[in-house]
Amino acid sequence: MDHLQYKVVVGLEIHVQLCTKSKMFCSCAVEFGQPPNSRVCPVCLGMPGVLPVMNKQALEYAVLVGLALNCEIAAFTKWDRKSYYYPDLPKNYQISQYDLPLSAGGFIEIPLESGKSKTIRIIRAHLEEDAGKNLHTAGNFSQVDLNRAGTPLLEIVTEPDMNTAAEVRALAVELQRMVRYLGVSEADMQKGHMRFEPNVNLIIAKDGIEYRTPIVEIKNLNSFRALEKSIDYEVSRQIDEFFETGKTLETGTKSTRGWDDVKEVTVLQREKEDAPDYRYFPDPDLVPVQLSKEWLEEIKSRLCELPIHKQLRFVNEYGLNDYDAGVLTADRSTAEYFEQVVAQGGDAKRACNIITQDLLKLANEKGCTVVGLRIPANHIAQLCKMVVMGVASATAATTITTIMSGSPDKPPEVIARERNLIQKSDVGELEAVVDQVLAENPKAVEDVTSGGKKSSKACGFLLGQVMQKTKGQANPKVVSEILAKKLE
Amino acid sequence: MEHLTALELRKTISAGQISCVEAAEEIFQQIDRLDPIIGAYISTYPHQALKNAADIDRRIASGQPVGPLAGIPVAIKDNMCTTFGATTCASKILENFYAPYNATVVEKLLAADAVIVGKANMDEFAMGSSTENSALKTTVNPWDTTRVPGGSSGGPAAAVAAGLCYAALGSDTGGSIRLPAGFCSVVGLKPTYGRVSRYGLVAYGSSLDQIGPITRTVADSALMLNVIAGHDPADSTSIDENVAPLCDYLEKLDEPIEKLRIAIVPHFNAGADRQVQNALYEAIELYKKLGAQVIEVDMPYLDYAIAAYYVIATAEASSNLARYDGVHYGYRSDRARDYIEVYSKSRAEGFGKEVKRRIMLGTYALSSGYYDAYYLKALKVRNLIRGDFARVFQECDCIMMPVSPTTAFKMGEKIDDPLTMYLSDIYTIAANLAGIPAISVPCGFDQNDLPIGVQILTPAFTEDRLLRIARMFEAQTDWHAKKPPIAK
Repeated sequence: MDHLQYKVVVGLEIHVQLCTKSKMFCSCAVEFGQPPNSRVCPVCLGMPGVLPVMNKQALEYAVLVGLALNCEIAAFTKWDRKSYYYPDLPKNYQISQYDLPLSAGGFIEIPLESGKSKTIRIIRAHLEEDAGKNLHTAGNFSQVDLNRAGTPLLEIVTEPDMNTAAEVRALAVELQRMVRYLGVSEADMQKGHMRFEPNVNLIIAKDGIEYRTPIVEIKNLNSFRALEKSIDYEVSRQIDEFFETGKTLETGTKSTRGWDDVKEVTVLQREKEDAPDYRYFPDPDLVPVQLSKEWLEEIKSRLCELPIHKQLRFVNEYGLNDYDAGVLTADRSTAEYFEQVVAQGGDAKRACNIITQDLLKLANEKGCTVVGLRIPANHIAQLCKMVVMGVASATAATTITTIMSGSPDKPPEVIARERNLIQKSDVGELEAVVDQVLAENPKAVEDVTSGGKKSSKACGFLLGQVMQKTKGQANPKVVSEILAKKLE
Repeated sequence: MEHLTALELRKTISAGQISCVEAAEEIFQQIDRLDPIIGAYISTYPHQALKNAADIDRRIASGQPVGPLAGIPVAIKDNMCTTFGATTCASKILENFYAPYNATVVEKLLAADAVIVGKANMDEFAMGSSTENSALKTTVNPWDTTRVPGGSSGGPAAAVAAGLCYAALGSDTGGSIRLPAGFCSVVGLKPTYGRVSRYGLVAYGSSLDQIGPITRTVADSALMLNVIAGHDPADSTSIDENVAPLCDYLEKLDEPIEKLRIAIVPHFNAGADRQVQNALYEAIELYKKLGAQVIEVDMPYLDYAIAAYYVIATAEASSNLARYDGVHYGYRSDRARDYIEVYSKSRAEGFGKEVKRRIMLGTYALSSGYYDAYYLKALKVRNLIRGDFARVFQECDCIMMPVSPTTAFKMGEKIDDPLTMYLSDIYTIAANLAGIPAISVPCGFDQNDLPIGVQILTPAFTEDRLLRIARMFEAQTDWHAKKPPIAK
C-alpha cells in the first residue's frame, strides 16, 4: 500500500433547469415553492388526448449553452420518447432527445487553483422535460406533486476527463457561473436547479498492471461541498473495495450510490446487471426542429463573454489579482457594473476594493446583487476619484457607500459634505493647525526632535492632535508630511 | 324529417319550417326507439342538447348570426375529450374519466352551433375493425342486426345510418372511419394527416390518427370538413395554412373534374370478394361514362402495408397508452399492494384483450435488439408506400379501390382470429401510412343486401378535389339515399 499508485477518473452527467417563463411543452408557469399541483394543466398532467408544443425559448436557451460549451449545434434535431414507469412521470415516458441531440462535441475550460485552466470535453447537451416529485411524508401512502413536471431540463454529459474532486468542483462552479451569465438558469443547487451525477472509478497500478475499478454513479448531491466530498469518499472506498474483493470494471457491475449528507458516506442504491430498456423512439406528436442559419446567428448574437475569459481579462487589463477578479466575475451584472465604474473614470483597483469590500457586503445584507443596490456607476466612479485625490479617506468611503445604499441617487460629494467627510488636504490650511498644535505641545516636540525611543510615539501623538482639531477631516498623509518637514 | 341530410336540415331550419329544438327532439325520439337495438351511443345528452338547441332558436328568432351547423344534431366518437360526460374510449380503464377540457374539434363544433347529441361507441381505444372490442357496449349494423357495423368508428357510422344523428365525427388510424362507413352505407372521409387538429383526440397511433366526418352525403362531408379543418397551435403536427391553404369545400363541390384520370391497382383489388370487385368496377364504368380515363398501375409496396401498420401503430400505441396506469386518473385496481402492482393490476384489469395484444406487440417492436428489425424496417416500408403513391399521382388525379375485402361480417365471426380481422383493413391502411386523404362512398349492395363502398384516394391536402370526385358519383346514383329497413 505504501507505493499505491492510482488515478481518479470522473465524468459528469449534469441536469440544468432552464428558467423559461413556461414549461417545455405547455404554457404552465415554471415556479417553485407553490402549493402541490397548482402549476399544472392537462398537458403536463399527461391527460388523454393532449399534445405537446415545443417552447421556443427553451430551445434557444439550450442552444445558447451549447454554443458556450463550444458544441456543434445540430441544424436538424428531433424529440424522442424515453419510456419508464414511475409515479412522478405522468405519461410514463419522458420527452427527451436520443440519437440527434441539439448539441454535441464541445468542451469547457475550468480554472485550476494554480491559476491555470484545464479543458474538459463535452460529449453532448440535449433538452428534455423534468419529472414531478414523489412525496413520502403522508404516512403509509405516497403523494405526487407535478408542479415540476414538464420543466425544461438541459442534460449535459462530459467525457471522464476530471481527475480530482477539486476539478469536479471547479467544473460545477464554472458551469454554474456560465449558465447564470447566459441568463438561462438560476442554477441554485439547493433548489435542484442544477443536479450533478458523477461517474467515478479508479485506475490502480499494482504489480505493473493497471486495474480499473467498477464505475459508480453518485446521486443526491445538493451542494458543491457534497459533490467534492462524495468523490473523495468514493476514492477511498473504491481503493478499499478493490483490495478486499479485487473486483474490476470487467468482473464487477456498475452501481448507483446515494450520498448521505449527514454521515458523509455513499450508500448502495442499486446494481445494474442490465441496462434498462427505455425503448426510445421518435415522438410522433412533435415535428423535428430545423435550426436555420439565421436563427442560429440570432441566438449567437446573444452570447456574452464567458466568466473564465472575463476573469482572465480583468487580471490582464486592470491589473487585479486572480482572487479579486474571481470575486468580481462571479456574477455577470457585478462584473459589468465594475467595468461601467472604470469606464466612468474610476480607478480599477479602487473600484475593485469598493465593490468587493463595501458594496458586496451591503448587497449581501440586503439580499440583492451589487446592481440591485441601484447606486449609479458614475457615483462609484466619482467616489473612486475622491479617494484617489485624497478628498475622501478609505474609511469615509465605507461610510459614504453605506449612506448611498440607503439613498442611491445622492452623489458621493453631497454625502461627504453633509456628513463632514471631506478630507482636508490644503497644505496652507493644515500648516496653520500644525503650527498651533506644535505650539501647544512643546514636550512632544522636544521628544521628536531629540530623536530616540519616544520619537515615533510623540510624532503619532502630534498627528492625533491635528486630526482631533480638524474633527478627523485632515488628510493624515498630508499632515504627516507637514509634521516631518517642520520637525526636521 | 330524420331522413334529411344535414344540409337539407339546415335549409329547413333557416326557412323556419322546423326549429332546432324540434329537430333535436325528433333525433332523441329516434334514439329512444332504435338505440336499444343498435347500441350506437355510449352516452347521450338530451338535456344539454335541447338547451343548446333552444338557445340557437332564440338567436335565430332575434336575427343574430348563427354558425354553419346551427341546430344540426351530431354525434362524436367517444375518444374525443369533452367537458360534459365521460370520455371513455369504450374502455373500462377510462369508463369514469371526465376530461377537464374540450378537444379542438369539439370546440369547433360548438362554435359552429352544432347540437352534440351524444358520444358514440367504438372499439376500445379505436383498436379494431368491428366495434366488438368495446368494453362497454355492443353496436350492431343497422342493415343487419346480426352483423357488425365495422370499426373502430362503428357507433358513429351506425348512428348516421340509422338516423340517430345527422352527421358524426369519427377517427381513422387504419380505416376506422372508412370501413364502418362502407359497412353502413354512409360517407366516411379521412382527411389528410395534419388537416384536422388531433388535440383532444385520445391517441392510438399518433402519426396515423386523423379525425374526419361520417355523413349521409358527400356534401355533408364537405360541410363538416369546413368546420373542423384548420391549423391548431395546440397540435404541432397540424399543417400551417400558408403551406396548405384551406378552402370552402362546398363552394365548387358540384363542379365535375374534367378529364378525370383514375388509377386502379388490379392485382391489389383482386383480393376482394367478387361482389365487392363488381361494385367497384361498375362505379368506375360510371365515371368512364362521365368522361373519366382509367389507367392500371402497379403499387408493389401496398402488399406490405398491413405488416408495416401493425408495427408502427402498435409501437406508438404501446407508448401512448402507458399513461393509463391507475396512478393519476382512470381505473385503479383495489387489489394492488404496492406501486408496481398499481400499474400491473390496474392495467391487467382495465384493458381489454385486443388492447393488451397491441401494447405487447408494440412494446416488442420497440425493444432493444428488435427496434431495427421491426420499427425501423416498418418506417422504411412506410416511405416506400409514400413513394408508390407519389409516383402514381404523377399520372392520375385519384386512385380507386375497395373499402374492404368483404361486406359486413357476422358478430363473433372474426373476433377470435385477430389476423383475419386485421385483414379487413387491407385497403384502408395505406392512406394512413401515406398521410393522404381518402373517402368511402356507398356504391351498391351485395346479394344479402349489405352495403358496399368505393374508396377514392387523392394526394395530400387535395380534399377539395377528392370531394368533387366523390360528388360526381353520388350525383349520378342513389345508393346513399337508401335507408336501412329498421330506420324506416
